[in-house]
Amino acid sequence: MAEKSDNNAYWAANIRLVTISLVIWAFASYGFGILLRPLISGIAVGGTDLGFWFAQQGSILVFLVLIFFYAWRMNKIDKEHGVDE
Amino acid sequence: MDQTTLNIIVVGLSFALYFGIAIWARAGSTSEFYAAGRGVNPVVNGMATAADWMSAASFISMAGLIAFSGYTNSLFLMGWTGGYVLMAMLLAPYLRKFGKYTVPEFIGDRYYSNTARVVAVVSLIVISVTYVIGQMTGAGVAFSRFLEVESTTGLFIASAVVFVYAVLGGMKGITYTQVAQYVVLIIAYTIPAVFISLQLTGNPIPGLGLFSTMAEGQVGAGQHLLVTLDGLLTDLGFNEYTAGTNAWLMALYTLSLMIGTAGLPHVIIRFFTVPKVADARWSAGWALVFIALLYLTAPAVGAMARLNITTQFWPEGIQGEAVSLETIENDDAYDWMATWQATGLLGWEDKNGDGRIQYYNDANADMQALAAERGWAGNELTNFNRDILVLANPEIANLPGWVVALIAAGGIAAALSTAAGLLLAISSAISHDLIKSVINPNISERGELLAARISMAGAIVLATYLGLNPPGFAAQVVALAFGLAAATLFPVLMMGIFSKRMNSAGATWGMLAGLISTCLYLFLYLGWFFIPGTNMLTADQYLFGIPPTHFGPIGAVFNFAVAYLVSNATAAPPKEIQDLVESVRIPRGAGAAINK
Repeated sequence: MAEKSDNNAYWAANIRLVTISLVIWAFASYGFGILLRPLISGIAVGGTDLGFWFAQQGSILVFLVLIFFYAWRMNKIDKEHGVDE
Repeated sequence: MDQTTLNIIVVGLSFALYFGIAIWARAGSTSEFYAAGRGVNPVVNGMATAADWMSAASFISMAGLIAFSGYTNSLFLMGWTGGYVLMAMLLAPYLRKFGKYTVPEFIGDRYYSNTARVVAVVSLIVISVTYVIGQMTGAGVAFSRFLEVESTTGLFIASAVVFVYAVLGGMKGITYTQVAQYVVLIIAYTIPAVFISLQLTGNPIPGLGLFSTMAEGQVGAGQHLLVTLDGLLTDLGFNEYTAGTNAWLMALYTLSLMIGTAGLPHVIIRFFTVPKVADARWSAGWALVFIALLYLTAPAVGAMARLNITTQFWPEGIQGEAVSLETIENDDAYDWMATWQATGLLGWEDKNGDGRIQYYNDANADMQALAAERGWAGNELTNFNRDILVLANPEIANLPGWVVALIAAGGIAAALSTAAGLLLAISSAISHDLIKSVINPNISERGELLAARISMAGAIVLATYLGLNPPGFAAQVVALAFGLAAATLFPVLMMGIFSKRMNSAGATWGMLAGLISTCLYLFLYLGWFFIPGTNMLTADQYLFGIPPTHFGPIGAVFNFAVAYLVSNATAAPPKEIQDLVESVRIPRGAGAAINK
């Protein structure tokens, strides 16, 4: 049963990482890019406000960093739990 | 050499390249036909996925969509990239571990039900066929614009090219042609953008140029590009480029596109081609790198083209005189107008007979007052198709002829690469999920490979037919494709991985709930089966103001809710299914599935 409980720990670690990543994903797009744009409209970026930049550039850059971060971190978690190949 | 000859040479060379790859990458087994033998490098797969994903719409239409709405249509940028985060973390690695060939196959096996399998096949075919129509017509249009052939002829040529490499090479041939097509399309897209960004702002990176100040000698020199653009547009009575919008609706549409993207079968199956689970994770990242190169550039292309066009019509601003007909005829900088007038994408008319073309928003009350004062008789740029912004961009910026030819090859590459991916998803669902899994499980490997090739040929014939006779509702069906992918496939795939308790009845009813609610909402407002005039409700009766295009996430909620309720009221899935779920969660052993 040791293997079983380790699989559970592995899956819990995955869920934790996915949850954190998706919170950031939501903030970068739905948050700063759309719903929170009025709140951060005071921050000027290149002739407009930060929310506009997030909607047209920033969100995509955050998505990129997130996917690579997830892949890197998850591959490490695989090794820690001995389920890599 | 004239422009058409140059276009034919460049497009012809790109075709020769695709054929060469097709012969080199022939598929010899079903594993090669469906999943390229699972030997594709993650970076290479990322590039192929980018071409698979970026369609004629991304290449030709997206910059124009953004240019004419400004901030609001940023939702396409976020929606069509953010879905990759969901795919990378919630679907792709686990489905790769499952180690089979198609999306309905996972659904059928995981939910131990041929009913679920068939519902998934039906969803997949509706999604992919609607999507492929746009690609075929897109390729036909690109041919007719640049090569001066009838768009029907163009469509036949496009089908013949896809036929050669898709039937011969299957996924293997498609993968390596998509890589070549990506290279062609990204060069074609970025070269004009870099030149234009340099001209306007002095910054060679368009995504940075968009937020830079205007260069010396340009209108509004030293002022930020977006401030300049906002000023020009409000002067003409248009909305400010950076102005806000209904945030909740924008968020809902973005969500629909994101979930829909993650649930599109032709993209998901690309991740079946890499050797390991870890590769599938990296590959999603590389796919987004290659997609982002275009998506970070597109908003700059849109804004800069809108600015260029506006200043061409008002060389001295709105206080001065509009451009004269004489200038349009004689000045080289305006040559593009005659070229695109001939294609029917651009039209103007000197309504007040003053020998000048006034371009402004004649629906705006303040502008009507100004027009009365200055003797204008309405907006004189009578036809302004938004696709022009990308297609005519190199000409507007006075770039050399070979750049124009590249745009032709790039547009065709974008359409063909997406069409091929969709056709593979359709044909493998038929040969593998219907024939091999349901109708004739004893079919031999060679028999299945032959069936796969015949299905592919059949799918191409169908796509060509639909491209020639596009249903009148082509624009609406794209909304259907994303809405359905979000409401049917994404939820059952996700629950199949993240919930061990989800059973066959839950998934089947969930999928049906998503499918039916989404179709119903679309049909009520857009007409039954999109037949014009049969809609029973109109736009002012939207439920909570939600347009049908935004319905995907709501259909997905129905799917999740019904699946949860039905599954909890019925028996848990058998032990071996729970073990299967356990095994797709664990990366080790994915390599062993190779050539299974």
